[in-house]
Amino acid sequence: MTSLALSIKNLKKTYSNGTEALKDVSLDIPAGDFFALLGPNGAGKTTIIGIVTGLVNKTGGSISVFGYDIEKDSEAARTYIGVVPQEINFNPFEKCIDVVVNQGGYYGIPRKTAIPYADQLLKDLGIGDKRNETGWSLSGGMKRRLLIARALIHKPRFLILDEPTAGVDVELRREMWDYLHILTKRGVTILLTTHYLEEAEQLCKHVAIINKGIIVASGTMDEVLSLHDEDKAQKQGYRGGKLEEVFLQLTAKNSD
Amino acid sequence: MTPSQMLTSFYTIVRKDVVRIFRIWPQTFLPSIITSVLYFLVFGKVLGGRIGEIGGYPYITFVVPGLVMLAVVTNSFSNVATTFFQAKFFSRNIDEILVSPTPVWVIIAGYVAGGMVRGITIGILVIIISAFFTSLPLTQPFTILIFLILSSMLFSLAGLVNGIYAKSFDGITIVPTFVLTPLVYLGGVFYSALALPPLWQKLTFANPIFYMVNGFRDGFMGVSDVSLMTSLGVLGALTAILIAVNWYFIRTGLGLRQ
Repeated sequence: MTSLALSIKNLKKTYSNGTEALKDVSLDIPAGDFFALLGPNGAGKTTIIGIVTGLVNKTGGSISVFGYDIEKDSEAARTYIGVVPQEINFNPFEKCIDVVVNQGGYYGIPRKTAIPYADQLLKDLGIGDKRNETGWSLSGGMKRRLLIARALIHKPRFLILDEPTAGVDVELRREMWDYLHILTKRGVTILLTTHYLEEAEQLCKHVAIINKGIIVASGTMDEVLSLHDEDKAQKQGYRGGKLEEVFLQLTAKNSD
Repeated sequence: MTPSQMLTSFYTIVRKDVVRIFRIWPQTFLPSIITSVLYFLVFGKVLGGRIGEIGGYPYITFVVPGLVMLAVVTNSFSNVATTFFQAKFFSRNIDEILVSPTPVWVIIAGYVAGGMVRGITIGILVIIISAFFTSLPLTQPFTILIFLILSSMLFSLAGLVNGIYAKSFDGITIVPTFVLTPLVYLGGVFYSALALPPLWQKLTFANPIFYMVNGFRDGFMGVSDVSLMTSLGVLGALTAILIAVNWYFIRTGLGLRQ
C-alpha cells in the first residue's frame, strides 16, 4: 500500500468549448494528511475533484488513489473515496436516512448494515432528528451536513470536500471543522477546497494554491507561508491572515 | 466489487425506483389503465362488432395483446428515460452512482429492471382488465411471459439511451411523441399486417414493435403474421445492440461527464 492518498501527474483538462482548465498539474497528498487546495473561482479546483471522482474526463495525465489508477483500477480507487460536492446533489424527495443508506448500497453495503451507521452519522452531524424528513425540507447548513454523512457511509479513507462550508453560518462551520478534525485523527485523509483561508491555515498540514489551471505554490503550510512578501502585503492595503496574503500575492490578476 | 456487493448495488438502484413507482401510482399506473379501458370500450364494444373477426377471433380479442404491449412499451420507455434524465439533469443525484464503484453493467441492469417492473406490472394489470371485456385464450403462457419480459427490457434499454443522451426536457418528450407513438400505432396493434398493401407490409416489417405485438399475440391466440423465431431473433438482436450502446455511453461518459 502506497503512503500517498492521492498522486496526480501532469494532469491536463481542456473542455469541449476550448477552455484549458488544467495545464500540467502535478500534486501529491500523503495518506493521513489534511490538505487544502486553494484558488480563486475558476482556477481548476472543482475540475481536479471532478476528474479524481470520475465525474469529469481528463485530457491527459494520470491519477492514482492509494496506488490505484483511477482509470485502470477505477472500482478499487473509488472504494477509497468519499466526496462532498460543492452543489447540493441528492434527490430532494428522498428521506435523509435513505439518501445516506442508498449511497451505502452503491458501495455494496446492505441496508441492514448501513442503517445503524447512517443513523450514527446523522446524529454525529447534528441532524439525527431529521432522519425521516425529505432533503428539500432541510436548511442550507443541514443539507451540507447531509452531504457529509452521505460521503462517509462507506467509511472512505480519502474524503474530498469541495467548499463544504459555503453559505454555512460561523457556529455550524466551527462544528464541521471540529468533526473533520476528528476524522483526520481516525486516519482519514482530507482534501479540502475552501475560501475561508484563515481556517485552512489553522486546520491543514499541507496546502497547494492553484491559479488559472497551474499550481503556483505547494508544500507544507509553513513552506507556503514562507512565500509571504511583507512589502507586497503592505501595498495591498487591507491586511488579512498570512495565508490570505500569500494567496492574494500568488493569484493576483496581473500575476501571469 | 464482489458479486454480493454488486447485487446490493443493483438492489439499491431497483428498490429506489420501485418504491418511487408504487408511491406515485396515480402517475405511473392509473393513466395506462384508464387509456386501456377506453380502448377496450371504443375498439371492442363500439367499433369491434362492426369490424367482425380477425384470424378467427373477435376484434376486441385480437387487439388485446397489442394494447397490452402498447402499455408495456410506453411505460418501460418513459420510466427509465424520465428517471435517469431527472437524476442527471435536475437533482444531479446520478453522481451518487457515478462516483461509486458500481460497474457500468450494474447501473444499466438496475435502471432497466426498474423500467421492467413498471412495464410488466402494467402489462399484467391491462391483461386482468381485458378479462372484463373479452375471454382471452392463453395458448402458450411461456411465450407470453418471454415477450412481456423481452419487450419491456428492450424499451427500458431504449429509454435509458434517451435519458442518457437527452440534453433538455424536450429531448425526452420528443422521442415518445414522434417516434414511439407512431411505431406503436403502425406496429400491428389494431390490424393484421397481412391485410396491408405490399409496400406498407414491407414498412411494417421494419418496425420492431410489429414483432413484439405478433409474438405476444401468438402466445395468447396462436395467431401471428411472422414466425415466433423471427420475432425472438429481432428482439434479441435489438436488445444486444441497445445494451452495447448504453454501455458505451456510460463507460465513456457521453452525455454524463464533461
